[in-house]
Amino acid sequence: MQAVHAVPPQPDSLPVLEERAEILRHEAVNGEYRLMQVAAPDQAQRARAGQFFHLLCPQDDALKPFFRRPMSIYAIDAQGGRISFLYKVTGTGTKALAKLGIGERLDMLGPLGIGFSLPPDEAPGRKTPIVILARGVGLATLAPLVGLARGAGHDVTAILSARSPDLLMSVEETRAAGAQAITITDSQGNSDTGHVAALLDDLHAKGRMGALYTCGSNRLLKLAQEHAARHGLFGEVAMEQQMACGLGMCFCCVRAFREGDATVHRRVCCEGPVFPLEEALGW
Amino acid sequence: MVDLTVDIGSLRLANPVMPASGTFAHELAQVFDVDRLGALVIKTVTADKRIGNPTPRVAEVPGGMLNSIGIPCKGPEHFLAETVPLYRAFNAPLVASISANTPDEFAKLCEMVSVPGVSAIEVNISCPNIEDDGRAFAMRPEPTLAVMRKLRAASDLPLWAKLTPNAGEIQEVAQAAEAGGADALVVANTILAMSIDITTRKPSLGKVMGGLSGPAVKPIILRMAYQCARSVTIPVIGCGGIMNAEDAIEYMLAGCSAVQVGTATFIHPSAMLDVIAGIEAWCAQNGVARVSDIVGDLAEAGDEGARNWGADMVTEKPKAGKAGAINWEGVA
Ligand SMILES: Cc1cc2nc3c(=O)[nH]c(=O)nc-3n(C[C@H](O)[C@H](O)[C@H](O)COP(=O)(O)OP(=O)(O)OC[C@H]3O[C@@H](n4cnc5c(N)ncnc54)[C@H](O)[C@@H]3O)c2cc1C
Ligand SMILES: Cc1cc2nc3c(=O)[nH]c(=O)nc-3n(C[C@H](O)[C@H](O)[C@H](O)COP(=O)(O)O)c2cc1C
Ligand code: FES
Repeated sequence: MQAVHAVPPQPDSLPVLEERAEILRHEAVNGEYRLMQVAAPDQAQRARAGQFFHLLCPQDDALKPFFRRPMSIYAIDAQGGRISFLYKVTGTGTKALAKLGIGERLDMLGPLGIGFSLPPDEAPGRKTPIVILARGVGLATLAPLVGLARGAGHDVTAILSARSPDLLMSVEETRAAGAQAITITDSQGNSDTGHVAALLDDLHAKGRMGALYTCGSNRLLKLAQEHAARHGLFGEVAMEQQMACGLGMCFCCVRAFREGDATVHRRVCCEGPVFPLEEALGW
Repeated sequence: MVDLTVDIGSLRLANPVMPASGTFAHELAQVFDVDRLGALVIKTVTADKRIGNPTPRVAEVPGGMLNSIGIPCKGPEHFLAETVPLYRAFNAPLVASISANTPDEFAKLCEMVSVPGVSAIEVNISCPNIEDDGRAFAMRPEPTLAVMRKLRAASDLPLWAKLTPNAGEIQEVAQAAEAGGADALVVANTILAMSIDITTRKPSLGKVMGGLSGPAVKPIILRMAYQCARSVTIPVIGCGGIMNAEDAIEYMLAGCSAVQVGTATFIHPSAMLDVIAGIEAWCAQNGVARVSDIVGDLAEAGDEGARNWGADMVTEKPKAGKAGAINWEGVA
C-alpha cells in the first residue's frame, strides 16, 4: 500500500510538489537529534523559512507509520537545490526516518504552510532588531529565520535554550550568520522563566529587541507574549499540531487563537505554522 | 482508448474516481489539476455553525486511521457565498455534501444548497438524528425512508445517499434510501472505532470514539457495497480503503459504478490520479473498451468444484490432476 507510487509530472506552476528526494547526509548531531540533508532542487527553489515538509517515513516489518510526519525546514540551499531537516527521534515515524541511509530516497510533500515574515522598519530606513527565543526542537524551525533576517539587514539575537549544554545546537551556525547567540540550559540553571525574562528586559533596554519570535515551548510562548504586549512589539510564533493531510483539507490540525473577543480554530498546516504572536492561545 | 465515462443517474462523470467528503478541498489544486477527477465532493456542510471536536482529532491504527473531526462548519450562508463561487474556477462537477440534526432541518438545507454550480448533493445520512435519540438516520430503514422523502421533495438535483457501515442490515437501509428517492448510494462512511494509548491510558482521540478508514476497512465496506448493489437498481458509489487502482477495480466488479477515495489522499495527495491511470491501464490490458462494462461483472465464485472446500471434501478426496485444481496427493 505504501510501495511504489508513480509521482505524476508536476507543472512548474504548482506550488506544492511531491518528490522522492535523495538523501545526501544523515547523521546524529547529539544523543537525541539527527540532521538530514536531501537533494530536492524544485522544492528548495520554493521553500521559505518557517515552512515545512510532510515526510513519508518508510515502513518496514517493525515500524509502520501510516501518516506523513511534518518537519520544519532547518536549512535551505536554493542554489545547491538542498534542504536540511533537524529532527528528534521520538516515536514510530521518526524512528523509521532515522533508518534511512545516504543515497536512499525520501518522499517529501511541500513546501507547505506560511513561513515567517519580517517586521516593518522601526523608523524610516532603520531595520527593526529581532530576538529569537528557541527551545529544544523549536530551534529547527527558527534556525532559517536567522539567515533570512540577517540577509534583510536585521540585527539578530538568538536565545537558545536546552536541557543541557550537549543538547544545544546551531550555536556556531548562528554566530557565523552574524547573529548573537545566548545559550541557556536547565542543567546550568539559567533557563527558567525568571532568567529569560531578565534577558529579554535587558535586550529591550539596549534597543536590541524590536520584534520577538518563538517556537517549541508553551512557557516561552507566554513569556514572549507578555514582553511583546508590554513593549508593543511585532511577534510571531511557530506552532505544532498533529497532521494528516498537511494541506488544509482534513481539519485535524487545529489550535485555538484569539480573534478580537472570540476564540477561533485555525489549521496549523495552512493558516500557519507561523502565526501572529499575540493571537496564539498556547496549549 | 478506454472510455472512462460513467453515469451516476442523470449525471455523467468523465471518469469514475472522485474524492470522499471531508478528505478533499480546493487546496489539493496546489498539488495537481483537480479537473482531472470525475467529480469534486466537498466536506459536509451542516445547517448550524460548528467548531468541531476536541483534539487529537486523528490517530493512526494498523492499516488505517481514526478520525473525530466533528464537521467544523461555517454554516450554509458561508457555503453559498464563498464555497460555491470558489469552485466556479473548476470544470469538474461539484458535489455538495450536507447533513443536519433533524429531517426538517436537513430538507431546508437541501433546498438551500440546490443552486447553480452544484451538480449533485450527497446527503450524509450517517450523521446523528436528534429526534431519534441521536442515532444516525441510516442506522435503520424507517428513518432513512422518512428523511429521504423530505430531501427528495426539497430538491431537483441528483441526491446521493451516503450510508453508514454501522447499520446492521445495510441492504434494507439501501432499499429504503432508493424508495425514498435517492438517485445513487455512497457506500460507505467510516466504521465507529476507538484506540487507547496504553502508556498514558488515554483514548487516542479527544472525543474517545471516531471513524475508522483506510485499507483496514476495505474488505468490510467492499462486502457492503456488493450487498447494496445487489439490493437496489440505482448506482452505488464505493468508498472505503481504496488506496490504488486494484482496490477501485474490486469495487467496480462488486457492482459499484464509481468510487470515492479518502484516506489515500493523505498519504499520496495525487493518489486519485494514480487510481484513474491504473483503471485505464487495466481496462486496456484486459480488452475492456468502456469502464462501465466492468460494473458488477463479477465471475461466478468457486472453481467449478475442482477446489471444493465444502463439507463433502472432508469425506471425499477430490481427484488430483484436474485443470486448475490443487494437488491433493499426500494431503490426506
Ligand atoms: C509544522 C511542524 C514542524 C515540525 N518540525 C519539526 C522539526 O523540525 N524537528 C522535529 O524534531 N520535530 C518537528 N516537528 C514535530 C514532529 O512532527 C514530530 O516529532 C513527529 O511527527 C513525531 O512523529 P513520531 O512518529 O516519531 O512520534 P509518534 O508520537 O509516534 O507520533 C504519533 C502521531 O503523532 C504525531 N505527532 C507526535 N508529536 C508531534 C508533534 N510535536 N507535532 C506534530 N505532530 C506530532 C505524529 O506526526 C504522528 O501522527 C514539527 C511538527 C510540526 C507540526
Ligand atoms: C478526516 C476525515 C474526515 C471526514 N469527513 C467526512 C465528512 O465530513 N462527511 C462525510 O460524509 N464523510 C467524511 N469522512 C468519511 C469519508 O468520506 C469516507 O467515507 C471514509 O473515510 C472511507 O473512505 P477511505 O477509507 O477512502 O478514507 C471523513 C473521513 C476522514 C478520514
Ligand atoms: S493537516 Fe489536514 S487540515 Fe491541517
